[in-house]
Amino acid sequence: MADAAMHDDHTPSMWDWKRWVYSTNHKDIGTMYLIFAIFAGVIGGAMSGLIRWELAEPGLQVFTGADTGWGAIFGNEHNYNVVTTMHGLIMIFFMVMPAMIGGFGNWFVPLMIGAPDMAFPRMNNISFWLLPASFGLALMSLFVPGASSVDFGFGGGWVLYPPLSTTGNPGPAMDLLILSLHIAGVSSILGAINFITTIFNMRAPGMTLHKMPLFVWSILVTVFLLLLSLPVLAGALTMLLTDRNFGTAFFNPAGGGDPVMYQHLFWFFGHPEVYILILPGFGIISHIVSTFSRKPVFGYLGMAYAMVAIGFIGFIVWAHHMYTVGMDVDLKAYFVAATMVIAVPTGIKIFSWIATMWGGSIEFRTPMLWAIGFIFLFTVGGVTGVVLANAGIDQSLHDTYYVVAHFHYVLSLGAVFAIFAGFYYWFEKIWGVKYNSFLARAQFFFFFIGANVIFFPQHFLGLNGMPRRYVDYADNQAFWNAVSSWGYVIMLVGMALFFVLLVEAMVRRRKAEANPWGEGATTLEWTLSSPPPFHQFNELPKIK
Amino acid sequence: MRLLTAFALTALTWAMTSDGALAAPVYGQPTDGALGFQPGVTPIMDRVNDFHNLMLWIIIPITLLVMGLLAYVMIRYRRSANPEPKKFSHNTTIEVIWTGVPILILIFISFFSFPILYFQDEIPESEFTIKAVGYQWYWGYEYPDHGIEEYASTMVPEADLRPDQPRNLAVDQPIVIPVNTTVRLQVTAGDVIHNWAMPAFGSKMDAIPGRINETWFRVDREGVYYGQCSELCGIRHAFMPIEVHVVSQDVFDRWIELSSEDPYSSDAYQLITEYTAARETRLAQLD
Repeated sequence: MADAAMHDDHTPSMWDWKRWVYSTNHKDIGTMYLIFAIFAGVIGGAMSGLIRWELAEPGLQVFTGADTGWGAIFGNEHNYNVVTTMHGLIMIFFMVMPAMIGGFGNWFVPLMIGAPDMAFPRMNNISFWLLPASFGLALMSLFVPGASSVDFGFGGGWVLYPPLSTTGNPGPAMDLLILSLHIAGVSSILGAINFITTIFNMRAPGMTLHKMPLFVWSILVTVFLLLLSLPVLAGALTMLLTDRNFGTAFFNPAGGGDPVMYQHLFWFFGHPEVYILILPGFGIISHIVSTFSRKPVFGYLGMAYAMVAIGFIGFIVWAHHMYTVGMDVDLKAYFVAATMVIAVPTGIKIFSWIATMWGGSIEFRTPMLWAIGFIFLFTVGGVTGVVLANAGIDQSLHDTYYVVAHFHYVLSLGAVFAIFAGFYYWFEKIWGVKYNSFLARAQFFFFFIGANVIFFPQHFLGLNGMPRRYVDYADNQAFWNAVSSWGYVIMLVGMALFFVLLVEAMVRRRKAEANPWGEGATTLEWTLSSPPPFHQFNELPKIK
Repeated sequence: MRLLTAFALTALTWAMTSDGALAAPVYGQPTDGALGFQPGVTPIMDRVNDFHNLMLWIIIPITLLVMGLLAYVMIRYRRSANPEPKKFSHNTTIEVIWTGVPILILIFISFFSFPILYFQDEIPESEFTIKAVGYQWYWGYEYPDHGIEEYASTMVPEADLRPDQPRNLAVDQPIVIPVNTTVRLQVTAGDVIHNWAMPAFGSKMDAIPGRINETWFRVDREGVYYGQCSELCGIRHAFMPIEVHVVSQDVFDRWIELSSEDPYSSDAYQLITEYTAARETRLAQLD
């Protein structure tokens, strides 16, 4: 027995490669997910920089096809399409999802429900290690022929609509991308199975579903969405693969297929996917708002079931992404109605957060700043969503910058703000050191201002008719595009501060507290040391 | 934080009060620094514009309400002002209100939303049909009722632009339609998916290989209108614009006569450009 106890206390060295490569520890795997997400986020963020640089003024700036002195490294207009495509795919599949579900989910679902680890630790390992493989394939696609033998990479948009993704991009770049997404999908499905099993079977004694922390609820809903929607994507991708390589004609009208069928399949996955990106954020924000208001979450059950409702409705609204494909008008009317319903549970969440703060004793620590920023910006993205839900208006706004502004308000300003909120909320818990609060606040203000300056003007561009995915635009769209590009510069400063903060925290190594937030932080992870022991809850906590 | 709120408030009020554009509205193309839609010239776009203005009156107050509530709780319940938090976490009345009121607002919106949708989608009796075919990377137009065979409409390269032609928007062979006439537009594609979009008309229709989509417009103002392909279609996606000349019935009839012999006839092109130039001069004199 003494041996066993010794073994449990033993934390392997950080420099032992086997600790990471063979890892079955949910916290180590969570950490690897977070580092992976930061790495992918830098690449995806750099790509958005190229986009804003290109669009800073009319004419071609970056993707000119001209020699820069080191060769034509940025390529031509095709490579602009490649960059927008990859920016979307990387940010979704390799930044937000790994950070939210793989990172925070792995770290805090077991801690919050009082479990020693995930249900299937080895499966957890393969879930993570499939991701670098998948990312590798995606990056490889940048360096092989796509649209033609001289145009490298796939430039057909993250939605991969055929025929542009079949006959329009005949090169192997698209095949690599299909395989990459297949593997990312497998990784996510395995992760989803792991989370569902863990949450259903490994809760500490006394923790009923209705006592479970809201972050765990949010992950539970998210992984169900993953489990149900990803197989549909996998099917659609496989059909693309066989259409491209084996002579089938699922999406080729010349063989009796239908390109619109792909869009239905894709968005049956794609719409739940956008809720997959934001739901864990809802959970994180609930904890932060409650902690720093020193008040329990207002309307706990309403909050939990609002997420369940959002998840369910997320499956029956997919065709609002396709109002212009020539659908039957009654079908459009149905999707308008169903889509607008989402505003109700979302509104419940926004108002419940404010009600949680109401009567509280609010302390504006860094995570709370991000959370308040999130609530406001998500509201802006939400109301423009109600505008877009109306097929009548969407006829004018579909595929314009208004849509780009809308989904960046809910994702770039919603999901990303939630990730940073969670990152600072759990910073000490994860890394065992304190961050520099001044740098963190400065980063927040640069991000808040920068992101708004980038994306608010894009509403105006979209209303005025600027289509999305344009490498060059009409001269009379110059003003707001210039403003938007300056916003990127502001946000870039914030991003630089973030890395300064990481290095500063790494060098200074101020010792973390078990619970830096005081009495407002009530979930189980705060009962453990920071960082928690390598194996926790050898004796299960009892929940009253 | 308060500074930021003030900044956002200013931006929103500006958006609400300045009725769409900073300068005088320009028809048929974007206006630099504009905040809203291009001026509409069809019954569809007029309705979309009205409906969108109504939506602004709903979404801006909601955003302001949330912002106001946030500002209030941040000031009133900051730790120094309220050191002892209250412990409540339920209030059925308020929960029913914030579930019920949004539902009522959505029902209110739907009373305006659905009529527009059906108005757009149900094509009225039309005078004639134009067929638009999207290709990588130009549009083909055909007037089947007038016997004009498909002609290619390609963007004018920057070097060849006339002073009155906007960059990235002007084409060599535009569509010509008569004013105050209901036109049916059929849209399809020859290779990948494209989208025939014309902001001033409120039109946007996917051009999909193997399928014919239909839409309609009745333009009530003569002029030149520009649109752009709105579905990613490859390397020159941004360079296959759409140009429509709306002219008087007389000019249209003459254009048809000249074009039905040869759609690329320089006489037909000259007729349209001269007519447009004359109208621009007339309008300039009126100002």
